[in-house]
Amino acid sequence: MNPRALILHATGTNRDRDVARAIELAGGSPDIRHIHELLHRRVVWGEYQMLVVPGGFSYADALGAGRLLALDLEAYFADQVHAFVAAGKPVIGICNGFQALVRAGILPGIANVRATLTFNQSGHFECRWVTLRAVSSQCVWTQGLSDLIDCPVAHGEGRFLISPKEGWMELQQNDQIALVYTSREGEPAGGAYPENPNGSPGDVAGVCNPQGNVLGLMPHPENHIFYWQHPRWTRGFRGRLGLRLFENGVRYASQIN
Amino acid sequence: MTQEHSGVYRFVVYPLTEPDARSMGYLADAHALGFTGVESIRVHDLYFIEGDLDRSALMRLGEELLSDPAVQTFTCHRLDEEAASPAGIKVVEVALRAGVTDPVAEQIVRAAQVMNIRGVKRASTGQRFLIKGDDLEEPQLHLLVKRLLANPVIQRYELGLVQPAFPSEVSGSAQVERLKIRGVDLPGLMALSAERRAALDEAEMLAIQGYCEREGRDLTDVEFEMIAQTWSEHCVHKTFKALVEIENYAELPEELQKAYPDGRVNNLMRTFLKSATDRIGAEWVRSAFVDNAGILDLDGFHEVSFKVETHNHPSAIEPFGGANTGVGGVIRDVLGVSARPVAATDVLCFGPQRWPFERLPEGVLHPRRIFSGVVAGVQDYGNKIGIPTVNGAILFDPGYVANPLVFCGCVGIAPRDSHPRNPLPGDRVVVIGGRTGRDGLRGATFSSMTMDAQTGEVSGASVQIGAPITEKGLIEVVVRARDAGLYHAITDCGAGGLSSAVGEMAADTGATVELDRVRLKYPGLAPWEIWLSEAQERMVLAIPPEKIEEFQRICDLFAVEMTDIGQFEPSGRLVVRYGGQVVLDLDNHFLHHGIPQRRLKARINMASNCAQKKDCCRGVYTEGVDCQAVLLDLLSHPNIASKAQVVHLYDHEVQGGTVIKPLIGVLHDAPADAAVLRPAESMGEVAIVLASGINPEYGKVDAYRMAASVIDEAIRNAVAVGADPARIALLDNFCWGDPKRPETLGSLLEAARACHDTALIFGAPFISGKDSLNNEYVGMDGMRHAIPPTLLISVLGLMEDFRLATTSDLKQAGDALYLVGAFNPRLGASHYRLVEQPDEVFDGEVPPLAEETPEVYHALHRAMKEGLVRACHDLSEGGLAVAAAEMCIGGRLGLDLEGGMGETVCALFGESNGCLLVEVKSGEEDRFEQTMHGLPFRRAGRVRADDWFCVRMDGRLLIELPVVSLVRAWQHPIQEGR
Repeated sequence: MNPRALILHATGTNRDRDVARAIELAGGSPDIRHIHELLHRRVVWGEYQMLVVPGGFSYADALGAGRLLALDLEAYFADQVHAFVAAGKPVIGICNGFQALVRAGILPGIANVRATLTFNQSGHFECRWVTLRAVSSQCVWTQGLSDLIDCPVAHGEGRFLISPKEGWMELQQNDQIALVYTSREGEPAGGAYPENPNGSPGDVAGVCNPQGNVLGLMPHPENHIFYWQHPRWTRGFRGRLGLRLFENGVRYASQIN
Repeated sequence: MTQEHSGVYRFVVYPLTEPDARSMGYLADAHALGFTGVESIRVHDLYFIEGDLDRSALMRLGEELLSDPAVQTFTCHRLDEEAASPAGIKVVEVALRAGVTDPVAEQIVRAAQVMNIRGVKRASTGQRFLIKGDDLEEPQLHLLVKRLLANPVIQRYELGLVQPAFPSEVSGSAQVERLKIRGVDLPGLMALSAERRAALDEAEMLAIQGYCEREGRDLTDVEFEMIAQTWSEHCVHKTFKALVEIENYAELPEELQKAYPDGRVNNLMRTFLKSATDRIGAEWVRSAFVDNAGILDLDGFHEVSFKVETHNHPSAIEPFGGANTGVGGVIRDVLGVSARPVAATDVLCFGPQRWPFERLPEGVLHPRRIFSGVVAGVQDYGNKIGIPTVNGAILFDPGYVANPLVFCGCVGIAPRDSHPRNPLPGDRVVVIGGRTGRDGLRGATFSSMTMDAQTGEVSGASVQIGAPITEKGLIEVVVRARDAGLYHAITDCGAGGLSSAVGEMAADTGATVELDRVRLKYPGLAPWEIWLSEAQERMVLAIPPEKIEEFQRICDLFAVEMTDIGQFEPSGRLVVRYGGQVVLDLDNHFLHHGIPQRRLKARINMASNCAQKKDCCRGVYTEGVDCQAVLLDLLSHPNIASKAQVVHLYDHEVQGGTVIKPLIGVLHDAPADAAVLRPAESMGEVAIVLASGINPEYGKVDAYRMAASVIDEAIRNAVAVGADPARIALLDNFCWGDPKRPETLGSLLEAARACHDTALIFGAPFISGKDSLNNEYVGMDGMRHAIPPTLLISVLGLMEDFRLATTSDLKQAGDALYLVGAFNPRLGASHYRLVEQPDEVFDGEVPPLAEETPEVYHALHRAMKEGLVRACHDLSEGGLAVAAAEMCIGGRLGLDLEGGMGETVCALFGESNGCLLVEVKSGEEDRFEQTMHGLPFRRAGRVRADDWFCVRMDGRLLIELPVVSLVRAWQHPIQEGR
């Protein structure tokens, strides 16, 4: 049976359908559920093998991107989410979903380390295509991905910061940096704009928890699942699909059951 | 401090590391606006929270809700505590006016409940600016605030601490005024129209008086306001339906006399626009001019709808809110035909960005301020609601200083025949979405008036900030309700609010509405205010009683408020009650058909008619022109230069259907001619093409040729990316000055006539249109400032197979370049003239449209289907040289461009309709030439292997530049202007 993915829809989520399509194409069985539905109707979280917190502007980004969705997660679904994470099932938070997972303390998931995704160094929202390299060998979403991924970013608050600074060491030691921004050729972006679109130190585009089953990332691999979505497809470019990430997640989800 | 604020707390949230990017942005803007004495501006966020809160609750609010402790910290004081003011620093605080939508404040109250912090009653937000610098005396500070930090239309400010503004809690008002209309003389009637800002003329006021006499009673204010809205230019298009007499008919040349039989036009919308659509009779048009949007068949299973609206007046006085709600409004139009919105477009016209303040009419915001506000408004709404912004344009002209134009478009998809249009008696009148406030009152009549320096103050309430997330909820609900067949009719609340929406829906039946059921943002609204309010994010549906429960369930799921406010009835009358009293009881026929047809006079200005002129441009200006310098000047002209800085602010990828994006080429930084979309639900290979054409320069010279040219430009753009020329539909947006001036109306007639003729030439039907007239501004100097006649043509085209999609970037060294189309360049109203002779008043010629143009497009499309074309780009502003340079920029490849014998400057920079540059695969030249056989085309050069752009004309090397220098010129920041 195809692994079932629970896709959370909060008020203002807007890439839920995009990621549903990606999961379906990757062989999963997506199910978009509004938070109100989860609150008021009986939805058994245990029947799902994957959890997706998609991109968008939950609650209009009021009081900081992802903050109010994180409050919902903590106030209403803390047990379900923690059970999901603890069971080692694949969880992914994309863009606004990443912001929510960070604000809810699920990522990076290291004791006494606080992370945030704050305003881009450019000071504004930015939609542009970037190149990513998967660098974590223990993250279930990225392990074994040798190809680069091209996909768009679309965010204003994507600069990943850690406090205290020592947290960086731990993050690296735990192999928690999952995806980094690179040049088109795959060289480290080295903080250079626009290859690194938000000024994240270490070109960090995505991080996972110490167990490797929860991935959060700012870019949108769900918007590069067909070749014709790539900006250079009319120039004959093929490959570097974001779909690979979802195939990894779905494959892992079907193995653990 | 007074007792009423005793429980109000003031939080200031600020970054740990300063200055942050936001503060740096304000500083850069201050310097750009001439406040060079400002050394630093720091901006902090202000939150006012009222409630019974203990220390730990306050700390939790500050740490867990209002600030991001990793990068921010906060202070918290009771409002009545004296806060220390920093030495040597000027403090300015800005807060919203009472009643202006404050979505963050609403979320604070909700979030406190989620956090289990009880006792938070209400909240409001603001900003605190800490300004350092020399010469910052009070007058200077006030100026800085007005020009940069606050907009008095929606905000209040203090040099110091600002007090929070909670909506005042006045008790409900059931006040209904009776207006005496019977027996009042004409001056008295006109005084009433003016007093209530109704914008009704004498004939209309007399028609209302006649109705009162027939009914044997006067009107309530609710009734009068509703009639004024229903009969406003905005809602009923009086000018486009008027009987127009051409006052100088006898003087017109015979050809023009023939074009206007009897010297009259009875209803120019029907005569010129609808009739063209009828004559073309395309079977793939599903709905034209009937619904809120035009609708085409997409793939046999789905329909695609498109609507383009303007939001000019609101954007002039509050750029962010005006553009924001402009986007929101057009999205609701598409939702109003039961379609899921899949793409947005925006075309923006501003005054020059470096316009001197001394020349700014009083009461007008600076063009730079309008630019950044409008762009931020478009960005905010489109991005948050999750609709990709995929196509647009930005133009600059002094004519737009006081009257910016903001065109917002939206495309939607729905299953075929899924849009129900007929409410049945017994159906409930259901409102969903945002609550009703005093916002946006009289917006329809406001947009139908010329503005003056007081407009901002008087009509302040006409503008509000949108709530895209609320509208997102409407999309979720409507699409599901449509699929479940839960409603019989739907329409959006736009101008005129509920009065307009319910009035339109009940026009063929009748309805009774209980106004006191409408949910309000705050109490105290008079019945007419509730009925007329243009509060955003609301839709009205006709739902059969047995489906209400299921509909309610869907609304609950998406936290969308739903209110049943009445019932459709077979009465032929619209009845509105408030608190049991009838406050409105109008006959449908009078309301919708009682408006007397306007009679207007037009004068057709022959001096500007290009058909009567000799070609005055060819062969002129050839000697002594530095073509390299001209090309670089053109590339850095704000109308031509890269708009990438703006495009990157819009999400053009969400929904994953953008096949050709706004930025293309090897480095994703060159402009696409048109957008290509494959929405998730479309079947097979078919794709949607969106393109636009606009040209105010031409509009200043010859309205007829301008209109023909922009239609051609829009179609040409669509064809350039691969649209099927036989599957193109058009939308018109006319933005003109005051049509009561005969010359203005004359140019409008000529433009509309060109729309008719040109639509027939291309077989491209009009499916929707909109006009925004009175785009004039009476300055304090008493002078009228009008916009150039501006017609935006938007194309909704189809492509049978998305794999035909072609971009303009050069792809392969050695490929041949062809110039196709009747190349007949003119320098008349060209950008060459604009750049090289900006201060000269000129009277040049606007290019004509060659007869064979449609055939050229069809042949080019065949060549694309045969796979011969690697790149294609249309010739527009800046002519052949600029088009070729843009192809080089896209591909970062060089080019040898060859001109014909005897040609120089006019051929290089002159503008010509119907022409494109085509990169043909090396080796396929013969097949391409066969495809184009019998049509105008010529070899124009070859793609180089290096990055040199070389142009030879008449045997002389005129331009030899590396592509990188083209790129540098073209990336000149548009706000730095010229």
